[in-house]
Amino acid sequence: MTRKVTLTVNGTVRSASLPDRKTLADLLRQDLGLTGTHLGCETGLCGACTILLDGRAVRSCLMLAVQAEGHSIITVEGLAPSATELHPLQQAFCDEHALQCGFCTPGLLTTLVEFLHDVPDPSAAEIREAISGNLCRCTGYDTIVKATLSAAARMRAP
Amino acid sequence: MNGFPDARLLGRDIPRQEDPKLIRGAGRFVDDIDLPGLLHAAFVRSPHAHAAITSIDTADAAALPGVHAVWTLDDLAPHLADTRLVVAMPSPSYRLELHRPVLARTEVVHVGEPIAVVIAENRYIAEDAAALVAVEYDVLDVVADCAAALQPGSPTAHRDAPSNLVADMTIGYGAVDDAFATAPHRVQERLWIHRGGSHSMECRGLVAVPDPLEDRLTVWNSTQMPHAARRLLCDILGLHERQIRVVTPDVGGGFGPKLIFYPEDVGVSLAARLLQRPVKWIEDRREHFVATTQERDQAWDVEMATDAEGRILAIRGTVIHDHGAWTARGVNVPQGAVSAMPLAYVVPAFRMQILAASTNKVPVTPVRGAGQPQGVFAMERLLDAAARTLNIDRAEIRRRNLVPSAAMPYETPIRTRGGIAVTLDSGDYPACQQMALDGADWDGFPARRTEARTRNLYRGIGLANYVEATGRGPYEHVSIRIEPSGRIFVATGAAAMGQSTETMLAQIVAEQLGADLSNITVTTGDTAAAPAGIGGSNSRQAVMAGSSAHAAALRLRERVLDIAGELMEVAPADLDIVGREVQVKGVAQMRRSLAEIARSVAGTAGFVLPGQAGPGLAASEELVIDAMTYANGTAVAEVEIDIETGAISVVNLVFGHDCGRALQPRLVEGQLMGGIAHGLGNALFEFMAYDENAQPLTTTLAEYLLMTATEMPRVTILHMESPSPLNALGIKGVGEAGVIPIGAAVASAIDDALAGFGVTIDRLPISPVDLLKLLDAARER
Repeated sequence: MTRKVTLTVNGTVRSASLPDRKTLADLLRQDLGLTGTHLGCETGLCGACTILLDGRAVRSCLMLAVQAEGHSIITVEGLAPSATELHPLQQAFCDEHALQCGFCTPGLLTTLVEFLHDVPDPSAAEIREAISGNLCRCTGYDTIVKATLSAAARMRAP
Repeated sequence: MNGFPDARLLGRDIPRQEDPKLIRGAGRFVDDIDLPGLLHAAFVRSPHAHAAITSIDTADAAALPGVHAVWTLDDLAPHLADTRLVVAMPSPSYRLELHRPVLARTEVVHVGEPIAVVIAENRYIAEDAAALVAVEYDVLDVVADCAAALQPGSPTAHRDAPSNLVADMTIGYGAVDDAFATAPHRVQERLWIHRGGSHSMECRGLVAVPDPLEDRLTVWNSTQMPHAARRLLCDILGLHERQIRVVTPDVGGGFGPKLIFYPEDVGVSLAARLLQRPVKWIEDRREHFVATTQERDQAWDVEMATDAEGRILAIRGTVIHDHGAWTARGVNVPQGAVSAMPLAYVVPAFRMQILAASTNKVPVTPVRGAGQPQGVFAMERLLDAAARTLNIDRAEIRRRNLVPSAAMPYETPIRTRGGIAVTLDSGDYPACQQMALDGADWDGFPARRTEARTRNLYRGIGLANYVEATGRGPYEHVSIRIEPSGRIFVATGAAAMGQSTETMLAQIVAEQLGADLSNITVTTGDTAAAPAGIGGSNSRQAVMAGSSAHAAALRLRERVLDIAGELMEVAPADLDIVGREVQVKGVAQMRRSLAEIARSVAGTAGFVLPGQAGPGLAASEELVIDAMTYANGTAVAEVEIDIETGAISVVNLVFGHDCGRALQPRLVEGQLMGGIAHGLGNALFEFMAYDENAQPLTTTLAEYLLMTATEMPRVTILHMESPSPLNALGIKGVGEAGVIPIGAAVASAIDDALAGFGVTIDRLPISPVDLLKLLDAARER
């Protein structure tokens, strides 16, 4: 079965015709060319494919594309305000060396965008809990926690 | 500490070249590559650990709409120069030749072994079709355990093999048995050491793109060794080097297994040539568990003789190593393990026999650390046992045995796999241990133990030393060109997989050529950009590629200044490169841009080049450094144990280390932290489980546990810098160091926490269930 799906991605209305069984991750990556969302396990366990669906962090490998009909999605490509400016989390990740290979980074960023929206002044332990569903094999996580604390402080500043 | 006090960039943290694209999700990993007409591959894999294949029926699969091809080895063989992957590194120790086939045809020897390849319009259809390939099997007896594999009467992992003994090697020196005969003390350990897979967050994958116009093939491959992959593809497809280009796009972590050449590399590349369409294969995580090489089990039986003061007199023993079903690399994992074992210490006599056993499991090849964590675990367990027996403090017995700094460089009788002498080139191991002990407040520990008891927890502290062989030669290629645009292009055979290789090379080159990092483009891992290369392994890329880059940059700097001197009629010694210009020192308005200088020697047809300079602004280097440089360090771990649940928490970890001069302190810490997390996973969580039929039991990341952010302890990293005399920058490798001593330090800490119960750790990983069993057994004694 093929059907048409229309959804808003990074502020733009997009539509695609696709089979029912196609995952949201594959829609984003293959049909919309947004390859910043990465697939690390395809079973919802590594967190690399996390995107924001109506502001909530969601595993795009576990959702069918057709389920996203009418929803609004933000991917890593939609986080930075402009081509010259980064989201404070992105800037802090670079400043604190919170990415090495960068494969898990998009899922961490989207997870943390939701988290900092809900918890603008988190403790390190709360950040660790928030990202405990995102696997990173490179960093050992400390610099990610540091970057999140620093971004949170920047985002709270008036 | 900055080991390069006079440098502009070296020794300092600089922004990473890799970050701007990766942070926006604009990297290009292999699965991000899309092309018109792209087809997708899926592999039919064995569900049995050992079976004879009696028939393969591909008809139903081939008939599925959207399927372009379903091929077995019979279909591919006419197009292959060899149907096997002949990749084993040389060693006189082999007793069995185990070259794995491109696809299994008559016998499967591990779950996950590929039998057929399906090419289809998309991956969904390819996987549907793979499920329709009907393979009939006669199940054969299985070898699931490496120690049992070598028992008389064991079934064999390959039905026609005379035994399971793949390799038999002894590493040793000195009068071992004499020492044991007269030694006043000896301790013995039987250890079972497990390590799992690499589990880079990006699995393997490749995209093979044929160019019919020029009869070429471009293979985008998530590999650590593009040049080796090209050579093997040329060999097996019968093509020459200009016909195959292997390029590594952004690689989402390597950690060892991506240096291996795989059956899928051949199947996908050949499919692209046969169909004249681009073909992509992306491994899924389940395949990563059953088809990507891993490290696994080693059974160590070791003893150590000491004098009454705990000084080591001799070590001897045997390691049985789970080699897996095929030789996908060599015997380097157990050889690396045994070679690493004594390195930090003065060991007068040493003899270890390695028996590599074939099993019906995924082939074993290096994972970050490459056997060295196992060797260090064995050594440190022996030292803890001796400390216990002789009632000497664990730090003190190590102090008495560590190679003293006055002995550096310290030549050991051990040889590398290439026959090169193992000479510890620099370092102060006792001072490094002391730095870690001080950082961990070793002497103040008893108060923390007492405090933990008030919370009903048993707290212990432990330590482990390591010496890591880094910077394996013989060379790495680096070329630098300044083009008429003024831009500096660097190309290397080194392959990036997340360790900031581009940044590292840009920094070294920029140091000599103007220090403007934005003016440098680094190309890693592309056989079209670098004529030769070795690639990423053995914590080698900063040492080998960095050294070549440094030498080439110095030569090119001299050339730039010579030419500028002629153009400006100024002595080169009075010139400096600042940003994108050459300036007269102290007279910044007297300057020529790099672009002008490059243009002046680019040449115009029929016109004489200026001065004596000759054409072009380029230098390339393949600096040969055969001897490895040895990094060292000490980990001190503190654990808290709940004896009711067996829960083990590592609560503090201090890592004192010495990797020579640090090019960028932040990157060094980043490499170490990743390794430390990996080491903690190996110590407590990561277990690649198989049942008695060699069926894998952990094939998702819910069953095989990787470290998450909540399990990380407080980690303090302390640095010493003993420059290596083997390279001009004085650097040593650091990519694997973090992982090496962690299991040993955690085991030491658990012993210490549970000393009152007489529990000692003899295996890794150690799970709560294992610990409760040990506690029960101890209580019964």
